[in-house]
Amino acid sequence: MTLRLDARIPPGSLAEKWNRHRFEMKLVNPANKRRHTIIVVGSGLAGGAAAATMSELGYNVKCFCFQDSPRRAHSIAAQGGINAAKNYQNDGDSIYRLFYDTIKGGDFRSREGNVYRLAELSVNIIDQCVAQGVPFAREYGGLLSNRSFGGAQVSRTFYARGQTGQQLLLGAYQALECQIARGGVTMYPRTEMLDLVVIDGKARGIVVRNLVTGAIESHAADAVVLATGGYSNLFFLSTNAQGCNATAIWRAYKRGAAFANPCFTQIHPTCIPVSGEHQSKLTLMSESLRNDGRVWVSKKPGDKRDPRQIPENERDYFLERKYPSFGNLAPRDIASRAVKEVCDEGRGVGESGLGVYLDFADAIKRLGIDVIRERYGNLFEMYQRITDENPYEVPMRIYPAVHYTMGGLWVDYNLMSNIEGLHVTGEANFSDHGANRLGASALMQGLADGYFIIPNTIGDYLASSKPQKVDTTHAAFKAAEDEVEERTKRFLSIKGKRTVASFHRELGQILWHNCGMSRNEAGLRTALRKIPELREEFWRNVNVPGSDVELNQALEKAGRVADFFELGELMCLDALHRTESCGGHFREESQTPDGEALRDDENFAYVAAWQFAGEGKIPVLNKEPLVFENVKLSQRSYK
Amino acid sequence: MNLTLHVWRQAGPKAPGKMVVYQATDISPDMSFLEMLDVVNERLTERGEVPIAFDHDCREGICGMCSLMINGVAHGPMKGTATCQLHMRSFKDGDTVYIEPWRARAFPVIKDLTVDRSALDRIIQAGGFITAPTGGAQDANTILVPKESVESAMDAAACIGCGACVAACPNASASLFTAAKVTHLGLLPQGQPERYRRALEMVDQMDLENFGSCTLHGECQEACPKEISMDTITRMNRDFIRGRLIGTRA
Ligand SMILES: Cc1cc2nc3c(=O)[nH]c(=O)nc-3n(C[C@H](O)[C@H](O)[C@H](O)COP(=O)(O)OP(=O)(O)OC[C@H]3O[C@@H](n4cnc5c(N)ncnc54)[C@H](O)[C@@H]3O)c2cc1C
Ligand code: SF4
Ligand code: FES
Repeated sequence: MTLRLDARIPPGSLAEKWNRHRFEMKLVNPANKRRHTIIVVGSGLAGGAAAATMSELGYNVKCFCFQDSPRRAHSIAAQGGINAAKNYQNDGDSIYRLFYDTIKGGDFRSREGNVYRLAELSVNIIDQCVAQGVPFAREYGGLLSNRSFGGAQVSRTFYARGQTGQQLLLGAYQALECQIARGGVTMYPRTEMLDLVVIDGKARGIVVRNLVTGAIESHAADAVVLATGGYSNLFFLSTNAQGCNATAIWRAYKRGAAFANPCFTQIHPTCIPVSGEHQSKLTLMSESLRNDGRVWVSKKPGDKRDPRQIPENERDYFLERKYPSFGNLAPRDIASRAVKEVCDEGRGVGESGLGVYLDFADAIKRLGIDVIRERYGNLFEMYQRITDENPYEVPMRIYPAVHYTMGGLWVDYNLMSNIEGLHVTGEANFSDHGANRLGASALMQGLADGYFIIPNTIGDYLASSKPQKVDTTHAAFKAAEDEVEERTKRFLSIKGKRTVASFHRELGQILWHNCGMSRNEAGLRTALRKIPELREEFWRNVNVPGSDVELNQALEKAGRVADFFELGELMCLDALHRTESCGGHFREESQTPDGEALRDDENFAYVAAWQFAGEGKIPVLNKEPLVFENVKLSQRSYK
Repeated sequence: MNLTLHVWRQAGPKAPGKMVVYQATDISPDMSFLEMLDVVNERLTERGEVPIAFDHDCREGICGMCSLMINGVAHGPMKGTATCQLHMRSFKDGDTVYIEPWRARAFPVIKDLTVDRSALDRIIQAGGFITAPTGGAQDANTILVPKESVESAMDAAACIGCGACVAACPNASASLFTAAKVTHLGLLPQGQPERYRRALEMVDQMDLENFGSCTLHGECQEACPKEISMDTITRMNRDFIRGRLIGTRA
């Protein structure tokens, strides 16, 4: 029962595709739009922008988020910036260059058609955001300012201090609130989607839990859009917010939506290291620090000396040693792996031994403390607030952390999954970043999906599928509600001995060690054995206090962790089957003689789309071949 | 380190609440304040008690979800720092710490330390936006914005909507929150067409939501984790009065 996965990429040259597609898509008569209800789950960049824009077009929109306000979606935390091929700097940028950089950065595991459209729309995003009042950085003459980012050779990143995500999200949030006031959007904050309802093969609604009262409720619609973000929290420790979860996409998977490339996760090299068992999250330190900081550890394992007492010749500047031409600026995946390696050798620093130095002493000597303060002052301050160490005097300690998930629900060019009417946008889908995402391109994708793509493609779906009227009295809603209810009760009735967090932490450890920065067959098999064991214990021995008719944060967490167990297993299965290395997925068995990732284009130039086959059954692997008509596949090298 | 916590427990919006004492033992000074509460909650759960409910999400001072009055101070003792970024090294071994929810008429308690701040969203609904439907924008560089304007706009736009200003204010006014948005948008050329109407509508909504009025105590500015300046309130008042004078409302 394999699926027919048709990406529905429009014909024609890259530059023609989207334009032509927009013309060929069917339109919904303006007077009929308000008769269509669309559910948007998520209020981040991808969801907030979509909900506001579809309401502007006249649709009746219902938008959901689990936080107390749509403004708090995790998009708010993005720091660095957003890419756009404006070529305002006249430095040779173009839509084609942004397209090419993104395809190559993704290690040739994404679709040309989707990525080209993303690059095309990037310019409209900046225009839209400026019109809304997003305070992007400016030059003295009043024009927009840019910076370089993520290894690109052109300067195309727009930013609002270190709070780009916040300002972009507030722009979308304000547009959304404007539509809520107009009555076009009904907002459901503190509400969590717990199931998808599929009727006659079409997505027709969702079942949610009101997180304040505990009430289980159904909502029906003509189409459903999931914009629920990424699943990095699978690993327990990540740079994501505490509430980030995979429940919405996982429930959809179990209702038949294919899950694509779950093993493609991104690990960011420069985060503040773990300080102890109690740690609940990891904080990202901007990658820009590696422009001036030098990464090193002692040559001796277990060296507990004050770093300032370790003489030069007893230090190992391992990135400079291993990658002489890129040095400390080696790309994210490469740098992360190198850090892990020296820590595994027992040469890591800090109390836990999981960290390396990022040292500014030389830069301060060379440039003076004022220049360093001007460049990185706010980051140094944040670092000091968290660690209580002064990075002007003592080297910073950094360690890689899980940051982003390229995998997600499979979607076609219209951002529709293989379930008709179920659309997926933003980090929750898999479409544009292949096996590795470039910096400043997730914000771009979320907004392209939300402002410009889904509002168009959803009209085509509604106009061509003409959904029949369905309401929440339909038996399918009742059945889904019962299942949700039953599951909720089950968590509360176990009354075991371990907290949800203790299971989550243990799952995170299994995944981090076996399906993290580097992966091998033995480790993945170990994980695939341990996860089901732990999951079995979870369902027998978890302790979820309180009741289901009130605000119950332990219950919320239990549901999310239960889904993490299952997705974690799928992630390992995917990682096991993909015996090549590509992007963030490094299989130790597949490396070049000098230890670099070795792709296997002959056997793995495809999207792995997994399909649920029933509880306890091995999911079915479907392959969407990736066709490259415009770019030539090449091996990345950073020596 | 060991601490004695006095925590506000309230089972639901209508239930009576009271302070309950807990011992927080073996706390590392490197923990954040919320991680300390995580530890307390883990232990409560293991003892079969109901953990303390509190709001939080990003834990890096940007989402505005965390709150907490700590020893009577909104977001605790460290200036310019949200509760989630406060670390236990700001406390001493043996300290007694009082932890309460935001208290304001417009922020009813949901449970324990969580409150309903949806009134802030409704203030934004009233006018905290620039009307710019998707698709109609001109090229971004055709709008020139002086660097100074955009820097000041950004200072105000940094508001995370946490509501600490309300909790700290003796009148429970939401003036700093509202003024931050009025200032952010009012300083930009794009925000001019709706500038006075925006101030009028947002201030009126603030009154409707049962927030108190501003008597310039300045507690808001002290408590604000993003150090938003009270100058924004002066600016909002000016725009509000101007709006009244020119009768900008349709
Ligand atoms: C620390 C950090 C820094 C980053 N910096 C950058 C950067 O500089 N540039 C860049 O391009 N990218 C960056 N990224 C990545 C980027 O921020 C995210 O990929 C992007 O914002 C995701 O947007 P989204 O709309 O898909 O999801 P989110 O913003 O995560 O929104 C998810 C929404 O779904 C809701 N939701 C989730 N599950 C449910 C459910 N079951 N029921 C109801 N609602 C639900 C949530 O409430 C929320 O509203 C960064 C990421 C992190 C973590
Ligand atoms: S003005 Fe300051 S205190 Fe008030 S909501 Fe904004 S960030 Fe919080
Ligand atoms: S938890 Fe996000 S600001 Fe504190």
